[in-house]
Amino acid sequence: MVATVNKIIPFSTVDGPGNRTAIFLQGCNMNCLYCHNPETRCKCMHCGACVNSCPTGALSFEDEKVRYNCAKCVHCDSCIKACPHDSSPKTVDMTPEQVWRKVEKQIPFIRGITVSGGECTLYPEFLTELFILAQAHGLSTLIDSNGTLDFEHYPDLLAVTDGVMLDIKAFDCEEHKRVTGWSNQVVLKNARFLASKGKLFEVRTVVSPGLFDAEQTITQIGDMLSSYLPIRPIRYKLISYRPMGVRPQYKETLQIPTRNQMEYYAGLLAAKGFKDIIII
Amino acid sequence: MRDISMERVNETRKKILDIIKSPILTHEQKVASLANTADSLLEVLDLPQGLDELMNVPADRKCICDLNEGHAPLRPRYIIPDYAKFMKEGSRFLQLAPPTDLYEALNSLLIFYKHVPSVTNFPVYLGQLDTLLEPFMQDVDDTTAKKLLRGFLVHVDRTILDSFSHANIGPKPTRTGRLLLEVEAELTQAVPNLTLKYEEGVTDDDFAIQAVKTALRSAKPSFANHRMFTQELGENYVIASCYNGLPLGGGSYTLCRLILGNIAKRAGGIEDFRTNQLPYVMDIMARYMDSRIRFEVEESGFFENNFLAREGFISRKRFTAMFGLVGLAECVNILLEKEGRPGRFGHDEYATELGESIIKQIYEFSEKHHNPYCEITGGHFLLHAQVGISEDQNISPGTRIPIGEEPDEMIDHLMVVNHFHKYFPSGTGDIFPIDVTVHQNPEYVLDIVKGSFRKELRYLSFYEKNSDVIRITGYLVKRSEIEKLKSGQNVLQDTTALGMGAVMNGKILDRKVR
Repeated sequence: MVATVNKIIPFSTVDGPGNRTAIFLQGCNMNCLYCHNPETRCKCMHCGACVNSCPTGALSFEDEKVRYNCAKCVHCDSCIKACPHDSSPKTVDMTPEQVWRKVEKQIPFIRGITVSGGECTLYPEFLTELFILAQAHGLSTLIDSNGTLDFEHYPDLLAVTDGVMLDIKAFDCEEHKRVTGWSNQVVLKNARFLASKGKLFEVRTVVSPGLFDAEQTITQIGDMLSSYLPIRPIRYKLISYRPMGVRPQYKETLQIPTRNQMEYYAGLLAAKGFKDIIII
Repeated sequence: MRDISMERVNETRKKILDIIKSPILTHEQKVASLANTADSLLEVLDLPQGLDELMNVPADRKCICDLNEGHAPLRPRYIIPDYAKFMKEGSRFLQLAPPTDLYEALNSLLIFYKHVPSVTNFPVYLGQLDTLLEPFMQDVDDTTAKKLLRGFLVHVDRTILDSFSHANIGPKPTRTGRLLLEVEAELTQAVPNLTLKYEEGVTDDDFAIQAVKTALRSAKPSFANHRMFTQELGENYVIASCYNGLPLGGGSYTLCRLILGNIAKRAGGIEDFRTNQLPYVMDIMARYMDSRIRFEVEESGFFENNFLAREGFISRKRFTAMFGLVGLAECVNILLEKEGRPGRFGHDEYATELGESIIKQIYEFSEKHHNPYCEITGGHFLLHAQVGISEDQNISPGTRIPIGEEPDEMIDHLMVVNHFHKYFPSGTGDIFPIDVTVHQNPEYVLDIVKGSFRKELRYLSFYEKNSDVIRITGYLVKRSEIEKLKSGQNVLQDTTALGMGAVMNGKILDRKVR
């Protein structure tokens, strides 16, 4: 059993509470207009378009495959910019045990691991195996997800998951389709299901004025989840859209919210009983 | 006393006049410099043969450095008074009765500080402020207490004019400790230096998190591995000056340092370094320190006459000395090059092994060397990873990885430096500027502290990368003050000039952000 790994960050400050090793898996089923790391969306097609972009000769084309030599790489991201398929030539297929060996180096400096993407729940069995290893060594396990995997059907995974950080990109289904290309029916179901099981650690919404009705989304998510707060407090992370990393065809059309707007939305959530609200 | 040449006298007279006329030095800085210059005319120490060609030579050949302690030490370098005794008994010499409330306690401390000498003429230790003041806090509400502590700390910052003065708090949380952290986070001052003695399970997480938040704003407190220090020095240890672990009620007579890179330059290869060059230089430095200590104890009269000793705030028997070193990174790299081996310090397992074997050799030497006046530490000196001085060029502090060559990942950085911390009870430490995102997640820093201390790291400092107050090497400086000094204005604190030198020579602002 393998997953395609985009990268592993040994010490991460931004992928959940405390110091965590963050593992980014490759491939995503959504196509969010504001995607900040589009190079994690697709698997490498081995088209070779990136090979000549590499200034240090870390990439080569052999037997119809793109080969990547980590030792020569200077992490300039030229290959990622050259990729026509929203991918990266630097991904590696790894088993849960192989990923674990990269994670355990950080013990005892980390309190847990977070698996993100791409969309990491495209690999549910892999996640389950990795989380079993992590929990056996006292590490907490978080999933960063777009919510398209129906968690209710994966009890084994949920049993070894300490929490899910769930993106809810819009509450209205049509708006959600416009932002991501997908219906949010399963996403919202997951939000309620995970909250009822005490597994919803965090909800995130990226705000970009004009893209969808943020006030309505945030109000309705707040209403939907406020009754679950006594089971386990839910952190709400309000993320201001930033053009960094966004694909050029979308970058121009998207707006950045003001600090005042974001604080207004945070106030809406606070009024509904959310205590842990982060604006970034 | 030995004679000196008229030529040297005249050179010194010229230096004195330059100090008097300096447009940059404040009055206090001039007075201190004049005293050092006068002292430089004396020749009273028994100097070991061979010292001169190891110490009084151009910087790129200098193997021993005595950190400008002077030619006739009139007091120990670092003095650690027992302030708790003073709080309980007052002082006859200072004509102070024991304080009865917070107002009197703070006022008494401020008076006392002005009478604690050191190599810099300012106290290097200000006391375990939380437990010292806690008994006086019962009848004081938070607002009043904060106002008083704020006034006290501002007074310290504006009158103790260098950031080698160090206060301690912890390991247990106290109301005073919490309020001190709150005030420090608001003041963002360079002085005093501050350490939280931290032990997992003893120090509450929420107190430690408050310390992290304060550190992200004001570059302090640093975190000391309380368990490790207690095992080596006992419960009555303190952290003073940069990060020096020393016995309470005593201190350190002297601190000299080996410049390891320059010793490596004398060697043909690793074997020659370890069997000939390093032992030769260590022996001379140890005997030089013996000679300084003998003068302080037997001739200076300090321990017979100073009120600190006469009233028992310090005891001669609780003094030790610090056997310092700098530039392990350069030393290892030079030796690898001489052996024709690839790899650099900080990036190569063999380089780490070689580095550790060198430090172990110095440790073992120090454990064998006997000094009759270091009873408190078994008759031995304590190893000290010195943080460097502003003039140092191409000399990394202690056992640190050179700035600009840090491993990409912090985990790899920590797992190199953790080989060395255990050898240095009288001080070592590593410093990490931290990204702004940590304001949202201070637990990140605490997790690193916990992991590090389990892995035998001794002392860690953090500051947020955009902070005005930053930790230079072991002391704190405000960037805005460096800018003032650069533009030719007078600045209050001596350490600003040291910081400016270190920023220019030591690339302090280029540290890798974590």
